Amino acid sequence: MAEYILKTPLTDADVQKLRIGDSVRLSGTIYTARDAAHKRMVEGLDKGQPLPFDIKGSLVYYVGPSPTKPGNVIGSAGPTTAYRMDPYAPRLMEIGMKGMIAKGKRNDAVKEAMARHKVVYLGATGGAAALIAKCIKKCDIIAYEDLGPEAVRRLEVEDMPLVVVTDCHGGDLYIEGRKQYEVR
Amino acid sequence: MRTVKAEEVTEALAKVAVNANYDIGPEMLRAFDEALAAEKSEAGREVIRQIQKNARIAREECVPYCQDTGFAVVFAEVGQDVHVEGNLTDAINAGIRKAYSDGYLRKSILNDPIQRKNTGDNTPAVIHYEVVPGDKIRLTFGAKGGGSENMSKQAMLKPADGLEGVKKFVLETVSAGGANACPPLVIGVGLGGTFEKSCILSKKAAMRSPFHRNPDPFYAALEDELKESLNKLGIGPMGYGGTVTVLGVNIEVHPCHLVALPVAVNVNCHADRHGEVEL
Repeated sequence: MAEYILKTPLTDADVQKLRIGDSVRLSGTIYTARDAAHKRMVEGLDKGQPLPFDIKGSLVYYVGPSPTKPGNVIGSAGPTTAYRMDPYAPRLMEIGMKGMIAKGKRNDAVKEAMARHKVVYLGATGGAAALIAKCIKKCDIIAYEDLGPEAVRRLEVEDMPLVVVTDCHGGDLYIEGRKQYEVR
Repeated sequence: MRTVKAEEVTEALAKVAVNANYDIGPEMLRAFDEALAAEKSEAGREVIRQIQKNARIAREECVPYCQDTGFAVVFAEVGQDVHVEGNLTDAINAGIRKAYSDGYLRKSILNDPIQRKNTGDNTPAVIHYEVVPGDKIRLTFGAKGGGSENMSKQAMLKPADGLEGVKKFVLETVSAGGANACPPLVIGVGLGGTFEKSCILSKKAAMRSPFHRNPDPFYAALEDELKESLNKLGIGPMGYGGTVTVLGVNIEVHPCHLVALPVAVNVNCHADRHGEVEL
């Protein structure tokens, strides 16, 4: 299992070298969105409206942070469970999203779309929300402010610790990792 | 009759709720140490190290351990010889409101499951009252994360399914949903009672320390056995594969109807945040 230092935006070549189990330290600009924001973005696309950020080469982090304490950049900011975004994710891959950061298993439709569009799914440690917040150096709300913790934020991150959990070659760490340790 | 003012309840509960969200507590830290020693996968050990580091940052910097600061669940054991001056339910909700506002905790509660408008202050809490002997009020607070709650299940088994049926249901529930629930997990099992009683017992069990065994040796042994079986599933920390899927299994039991064998499995993540106060 390799270790990679990645910077945003991601290219097809960046994504293709990644295999499940690889560790990644990610730096650059990422965008946050979860249930309500995904719904709004995809409904907007259906009406021909633009997304609130440049989707080409982008990574979307599924997170709803806790409120920011005075003096801090952001509140605690760990990943939410990804499967709730499965109905929306392939649509964003079609138009250039290159990565998703979250936790938990994805469905087959998402995995197929990832292989087709060369997209990587990176796992952040769920519940390690205070630790992950330390990697976030800047945070700006750029859309849907009315959604509170679910508003779309632009984050500048440095050395965010991630693991490749689903790659664009059909690998799924939730399946392969478990196989190695399951005692039948 | 002893009197407790509603405001005292509010203040005490607010403190417990904020503290539980910032400080995971010595027993969970001990469970993480043991998990790190037991875990065979390097990816799993890295997850546990991150969890340990996260716990330290949250405690030292007074920030939430997890951004999902949970549904506020309160078990209120109210002594029959204590009088509350004011409204106890309002006092509990005021405590939650204060904690989630003053403590910069996330407000995750919606007014209605279909209309889905945020109440803005993380109330109302889910409160389970029990009248007990004595003149004290004991409040046990839990901040229950939504992701792990979603992986919980209940079944009305047939009496013929017996102990084997219970074991199978617990294993199937964790096998299907464990990876999504932020393992290593604490599993609460409610056994017996009625449909709803089994669920409440499972919540009580999930909020118990993974080091406190059921006082009945039969169920204490079953807790140990289930822990061992669940850790053979291979799910591991964060579902990346490994030998530590659960930190503990806690079982709570109640008598049940002759035609029934209710079992509920409440899944709790490693952010098993709870605290108690007695007034």
